[in-house]
Amino acid sequence: MSALRVYIEGVGLWSPQLADFAALRSLLAGNTPEPPSARPAAATLPPNERRRAPESVLLAIEVAGQAVAMSGHSASELACVFASAHGDQPITDYMCATLAQTPAELSPIRFHNSVHNAPVGYWTIATGCHAPSTALAAQRASFGASLLEAASQVLVEQRPVLLVCSDTASSGPLLEVTGCTQSFGCALVLAPESSATTMASLRLSLTTSRVISSLAEPLAHWREANASAGALPLLALLAEGHGRCQLDAAATLGLQIDMDHI
Amino acid sequence: MPVLMTPLAITAYTTTSAMGHGLAAQLDALQHTRSGLRPNDFSSAPLACWIGRVAGVEDTALPVAQAGWDCRNNRLAWLGLNQDGFLTRVLAARERYGAQRIALLLGTSTASIGATEEAYRRLDADGGFADDMLRTAIHAPHSLSAFVTAALGLEGPCMTISTACSSSAKVFASAERLIRLGLVDAAVVGGVDTLCDSVLFGFNSLELVSTEPCRPFDAARDGISIGEAAGFALLERLDAAPDAAQLLGYGEASDAHHMSTPHPDGLGAELALRDALMRAGLDAGQVDYINLHGTASQKNDEVEAALVNRAFPARTRASSTKGFTGHTLGAAGIVEATIALQAIEHGLIPGNLGGNTPDPICGAQFAWRNEHQRVDVALSNSFGFGGNNACLAFARAGFAA
Repeated sequence: MSALRVYIEGVGLWSPQLADFAALRSLLAGNTPEPPSARPAAATLPPNERRRAPESVLLAIEVAGQAVAMSGHSASELACVFASAHGDQPITDYMCATLAQTPAELSPIRFHNSVHNAPVGYWTIATGCHAPSTALAAQRASFGASLLEAASQVLVEQRPVLLVCSDTASSGPLLEVTGCTQSFGCALVLAPESSATTMASLRLSLTTSRVISSLAEPLAHWREANASAGALPLLALLAEGHGRCQLDAAATLGLQIDMDHI
Repeated sequence: MPVLMTPLAITAYTTTSAMGHGLAAQLDALQHTRSGLRPNDFSSAPLACWIGRVAGVEDTALPVAQAGWDCRNNRLAWLGLNQDGFLTRVLAARERYGAQRIALLLGTSTASIGATEEAYRRLDADGGFADDMLRTAIHAPHSLSAFVTAALGLEGPCMTISTACSSSAKVFASAERLIRLGLVDAAVVGGVDTLCDSVLFGFNSLELVSTEPCRPFDAARDGISIGEAAGFALLERLDAAPDAAQLLGYGEASDAHHMSTPHPDGLGAELALRDALMRAGLDAGQVDYINLHGTASQKNDEVEAALVNRAFPARTRASSTKGFTGHTLGAAGIVEATIALQAIEHGLIPGNLGGNTPDPICGAQFAWRNEHQRVDVALSNSFGFGGNNACLAFARAGFAA
C-alpha cells in the first residue's frame, strides 16, 4: 500500500483549557493561554439555533468554523466528515433516564438532536452545504478512523474535506462507562493539493504496530479524559514542527503520520 | 464532478429482518406478499403501533470469546452473520487476502443503546450501573462494529457510520474508496439496528409513528412502523468474481434544510441520485427498478414520489418495501440493497405493500403489486435525519453501461 498524501489548510480546536489552535501553540511554547468561556461560541450558527443547540452541536460547529475560516474555503463547498466516540452523552443520559421513568414524555427535540449526525446536520443547514456529509464513530480510534475516511474522500473525489472530531463531557450514570470527563473538539480542512493556505502535508500509512505516540502533561491527561483527544499527537506536531506521530486507526490497526511543513 | 467508478463485485450478501432469517425467507415473503409487521409487543411500556420484530433474537448466543459484547443488537448481528453462509465467505476472504486487508464498515443509528436503556431501568441503589451492565464497550455507538470485527477476526480499517436512516447505504461508498485507494482488497459492509425504547418513543414523540401497519405512498398514510434488521455484503474487486452482481455507483448529498424534515423539493435526494447515476455511467432510462426509501411518513413519500416522477420514465419500476420490514432505520440501506440485488437475481419487482389507495402524486413508475421482468440495473434510496441522502446503483454481472 502506498501512503496517502493530503494537505492541511485549516485547523480548529476547543477544550475547557484551549480556545483555539493558537492556544495550543502558546501552551506548547511554555505560556499559559487564557481559557475560553464556558460554552463554545459556535458563531456559524444563527443566533436562535445557537441558543437552543446542545453543547455537542456547539462544540463541533465551533471547531469546524475555526478550521474553515483559516482555510479560506467557502463552507458550502466542503464535504463533511464528523466523528464522535459517544455522540451527545447528556442527551443519551436524559433519554435513558426519561425512558426508564416516563417514556411517553420523551422530548421530540432532544430525540432528533440525539442522532449521531446532528452536529453535521446543523452544520450543513447553517452553511447551506449540499456536499456529502457523514458521521462516524470508532471508540478511542474515532479521530484516526475519521482521518482515514476524510483522506480517502479527499483523494478519491479530489475535493477539500472538513474533518471534525468531538465529544462533550458525559453526565449522569453514563459517565462511569464512557469515562469522558471533559469536552474536546478539533477540526481539520484537508485538501488534495497544496495551495497558498497550506500549513502542512501529511503522509498517512496503515501499520500493524500499535505503539501510539506518547504525550507530555497536561496533554496526556486530556487524551485520557476524552476519546476525541486522541487527535492531540497530530495537533501537537502541527503546532511544534514536522515529524512523525502514530494514532489508532482501529482497535488492531495503527495510523502512521509523517508531517512536513509547507 | 464525480468520476466514473470501476464497479465492484458483491461476492456474498445476506439479510435478516421481520421477513425472516436469510435471503430465501426474504424472497419467499416478497413473492407471497407476506408482511413481517405485527402489533407492538416489544417496548417497556405500552405503545399502540406495529413493529417489524425479528424472531429468535432472544435465543441467539454470541460465541463464548465475545460473550462480553452480549446485547440485543449484537445478537441480531450474530444471527445475521450466520445466514446464507456469509460467515464462511468472509473467513475464506480473510484466508485469501489477510485479516488486515479487509475493511469492516457498518451502519447503525442506535447500536446497542437498548443495553444502556436497560442499565438505566435497573440502576443500583447508589445510582450507578449494575455490575453486569458495566461493560463499557457496549455503551457506545461503535459497539456493533467492534463486536463484528472481533467475531470475524478482521484487523483492517473498522468504522461505524451513523447518519440515521442512510447509515448502511453510505458504508458502500466509504468501502469503495478504501478499495480504490488500495488500502484494502475487500470490505465487509452492512448494518444492524434493533428495536429499543429510544426509537419507538422517540419517533412517537415526533408524531411520526402510525398505529396501523405502515402504508408507504398510500393517500391515507399516517406514519412509519419501526423495524429491526441485520444485513451484510462482501465487496471485492471485479476480477475476483466476474460472475457476481456489481456495485455500479453511489451518490451522497445533504439537504441543508431541516433536522427531521426532508427538503420540500427533494434537493439532497436528487443530488444523491444524479451523483450515483453519474458515477455508474447510467442514464435514468436504463434503471429497471428503484427500491424507494418510502417510509410512509407524509413528507418523505410526497417528496420522493415527486422525484421519481420527474427523474424517471414510466418503464422504470419503483416501490417501497417498508410494508414488509417496517423502517429498520440504520439497517434500511443494507436490507433494501439486498432486495435490489434479489430483484436482479430473480427478476422480481416487489409490490409496494400497504399502498392500497395510491397517493395521486405517484406516477406510472409505481409497482403496486409484484411484477416479473428482467432487471439489469436496480437503485436503492436511503434518506436520513439531518438531511442525509444516499443512493446506491447495482447491476447484473457483465452489465456494460
